[in-house]
Amino acid sequence: METHLADFIKDTPEGQEAEAILRRCVHCGFCTATCPTYQLLGDELDGPRGRIYLIKQVLEGSPATESTQLHLDRCLTCRSCETTCPSGVEYGKLVDIGRKVVDDQVGRPAMEGVKRKAMSTVLSSPSLFSPALAAGRAFGGLLPEALRKKIPAAQRADAWPAPTNARRMVVLEGCVQPSLSPNINAATARVLDRIGISLVKAPQAGCCGAVAFHMNYQDDGRDHMRRNIDAWLPLLDGGAETIVMTASGCGSTVKEYGHHLAHDATYAPRAERISKATRDLTEVLAAESDKLVAMLEKAVAGKPRRKLAFHSPCSLQHGQQIRGKAEALLTAAGYDLTPVPDGHLCCGSAGTYSLLQPELSQQLLANKVQALTSGGPEGVATANIGCLTHIQTGMKQPVRHWVEWIDERM
Amino acid sequence: MGKPEAISAIPAVDSHALISRLRAVLPSPSLLALPEETKPYECDGLSAFREVPLAVALPEDEAQVAAVLKVCHEMRVPVVARGAGTGLSGGALPNPLGVTLGLSKMKRILHIDPLARTARVQPGVRNLAISEAAAPLGLYYAPDPSSQIACSIGGNIAENSGGVHCLKYGLTVHNILKLRVVTIDGEILELGGEGLDAAGYDLMALMTGSEGLLGVVTEITVKLLPKPQLARVVLAAFDSLEKAGNAVANIIGAGIIPAGLEMMDKLATRAVEQFVHAGYPLDAEAILLCESDGTPEEVAAEIERMEAVMRASGATQIRLSKDEAERLRFWSGRKAAFPAVGRLMPDYYCMDGTIPKRKLAEVLKGIAQLSEEFGLGCPNVFHAGDGNLHPLIMFDANVPGQAEHAAKFGSRILKLCIEAGGTITGEHGVGVEKIGEMCDQFTPDALETFHSVKAAFDTHGLLNPGKAVPTLHRCAEYGQMHVARGKEAFPDLPRF
Repeated sequence: METHLADFIKDTPEGQEAEAILRRCVHCGFCTATCPTYQLLGDELDGPRGRIYLIKQVLEGSPATESTQLHLDRCLTCRSCETTCPSGVEYGKLVDIGRKVVDDQVGRPAMEGVKRKAMSTVLSSPSLFSPALAAGRAFGGLLPEALRKKIPAAQRADAWPAPTNARRMVVLEGCVQPSLSPNINAATARVLDRIGISLVKAPQAGCCGAVAFHMNYQDDGRDHMRRNIDAWLPLLDGGAETIVMTASGCGSTVKEYGHHLAHDATYAPRAERISKATRDLTEVLAAESDKLVAMLEKAVAGKPRRKLAFHSPCSLQHGQQIRGKAEALLTAAGYDLTPVPDGHLCCGSAGTYSLLQPELSQQLLANKVQALTSGGPEGVATANIGCLTHIQTGMKQPVRHWVEWIDERM
Repeated sequence: MGKPEAISAIPAVDSHALISRLRAVLPSPSLLALPEETKPYECDGLSAFREVPLAVALPEDEAQVAAVLKVCHEMRVPVVARGAGTGLSGGALPNPLGVTLGLSKMKRILHIDPLARTARVQPGVRNLAISEAAAPLGLYYAPDPSSQIACSIGGNIAENSGGVHCLKYGLTVHNILKLRVVTIDGEILELGGEGLDAAGYDLMALMTGSEGLLGVVTEITVKLLPKPQLARVVLAAFDSLEKAGNAVANIIGAGIIPAGLEMMDKLATRAVEQFVHAGYPLDAEAILLCESDGTPEEVAAEIERMEAVMRASGATQIRLSKDEAERLRFWSGRKAAFPAVGRLMPDYYCMDGTIPKRKLAEVLKGIAQLSEEFGLGCPNVFHAGDGNLHPLIMFDANVPGQAEHAAKFGSRILKLCIEAGGTITGEHGVGVEKIGEMCDQFTPDALETFHSVKAAFDTHGLLNPGKAVPTLHRCAEYGQMHVARGKEAFPDLPRF
């Protein structure tokens, strides 16, 4: 596409990156077909091609208004469009740039600004989120229904094996997951321990930075990234092989640390090293699948097969372009996966989206629950804590991390 | 690139009055009038042509469509209907003094009748969504434009779209039974019927491919076909374009009607392989994809014949899709080929000329020569079985003059097609892009007749003015610029 970026941004790193991305777009419109919000709203402005155009206008110097801000806010950043795009437009990176410029120009009403900042701060911090969640559980009746439904019952984590193996990997504990679902990482540690890998925590690490970054507190997000890098590097130097992500949302962000910190002279090479050492749990276990599949098949031999639906998070299938790996392991663990129509579409969780755009989020959730339950599964397996808690609000059958379903069978 | 037909004939309207009248008949999210909101609608899949409309209306039902059209008719405001905006001839290019009427909110599949094998759908339904909805019944909708993932059935009607499988199963017009259409004055027409023939003129066929000049389609009854038991694709590689072109003519000449017969040259294959990883041979000068469908016995027999012809035509390598996943992968590369060219160059201009199959090799050679002459790359990806070419002229719109240069190159390709006994459009429509070449293709008398048809539906010329059929005035201007074969077109017309 033809582009003429305005002077205010043309020669900045963001401007140059945006221009390179925009020029890839040939305006074919294929992306609209797989965009969840375009499919709901049927307006070019609520699809990727229209949003690219809105961003292009602003970068070319037309002032933005609340209208552009709204259409960009409605984007889930699910990156389904990137999977569909034949010409390789990196929409996710473009929308990060566009949102920042638009928010700087348009601003937010004071109350909304406070709400967003509070959300970003609390969700990014386990030490704030954990007591907030406990309070939510205790005084749930006082909360608005949308929020109350999001609070899951307290979960017990089963034992975490002692780190006795020669092979070691580091796990990202994350921000909300240890409070909401502590068993996910414990189950990961047990499964890895069985194949001879110890999973260790890095106590100094915290939120991956995605929450703040995608809410446009990009500097806060980068601070989280630097803190994690500082926490992980000594462990990699000490012989840990890999940084394991048990939440695909975090994984897609950590894999892009190199990109997010490319202009930080000190941290750029470190960030690149961290990104390269990062794997989603699906990748880690798929790489060990010979050993693992044999154990699983032995464990489930003679037992009846069970029916599950797999929900592939957008951050897994679009953000990280990983498909089929968790599904193959679940199948080996004695689960038959039921067909899920429109499996490429987002469930509506999308980080803080479910709280900021409740109406669209709820429509997507209703569609997703219908698709997931259409094959009559006993439960749902997924790979990201955000999707997990969100989808659970819409259905009775249990929604769990796929590694928990596997751990249970071993 | 060039501007669409002069629209000065239509006087400017009081846009505030227009918008307030539209606001009265549409829900508020269905009317866009801020410049920032209307600009993203300034072009369709052909982004070289751009115009910002006065307003964009996105009606949710037929009554709202009729209401919008009535307002525009009364106020004498041009209306451009738009489906998914994936068209490649600028058919949905807005009119700067008009309203863009987007049908993208009307996307419900109303009814599927498995016994009659029909589906009744709204115009904004995606082409592929019809086949997806019919799949559990073992049925599908046959025409499959490359953009089928995104393009709308309403847009397919407007352009009489084709696709990979049209060689065997026909174009859009052969796969629909009935249309509901709103005329410019808000009247609702039902054209066609449940049966295969109806008394009187076949107005449904007239409406199909009329590029939004005669009415706005609000409901379509399409035919569904039973999914073939089996389909397999032969992928044949050739070391020259000529040999591949001749192989196409030989396949058809042998009396075989493949379910699809497509060609991609080396540049195109390389661009698309990066996206689909279909395993295309990258060293071949051209590859052919040739599909057979039917019962397993029919497919086996036909594939054998296809392979024999390919071998006799000089194929250097022949592969057969081993399963359904591989067959779909072979096709997905073909279908994503246009946009994948965006990986090589920022912009492309897709041509749509159609020629007799026996002239394929000759015309491809001519295009290669023009590519050198103009200094612009030009991958070829096309419906070889129909002789429907899609040269993709690559250019960089940010380089001053290059878009115009590309347009000139395109025009020369279309002339080449006409000289080879072909036509300027196979399936993408004329739109605004090929309107000049219509003057080469048709005589002034024929064009006058087209205008009479238009006037019968739309006296004031408000529906998609300046598209598809050029005025004689325009042809005269065009003749000034394009002196073909040493002879001016329409020398007897006054110049302006």
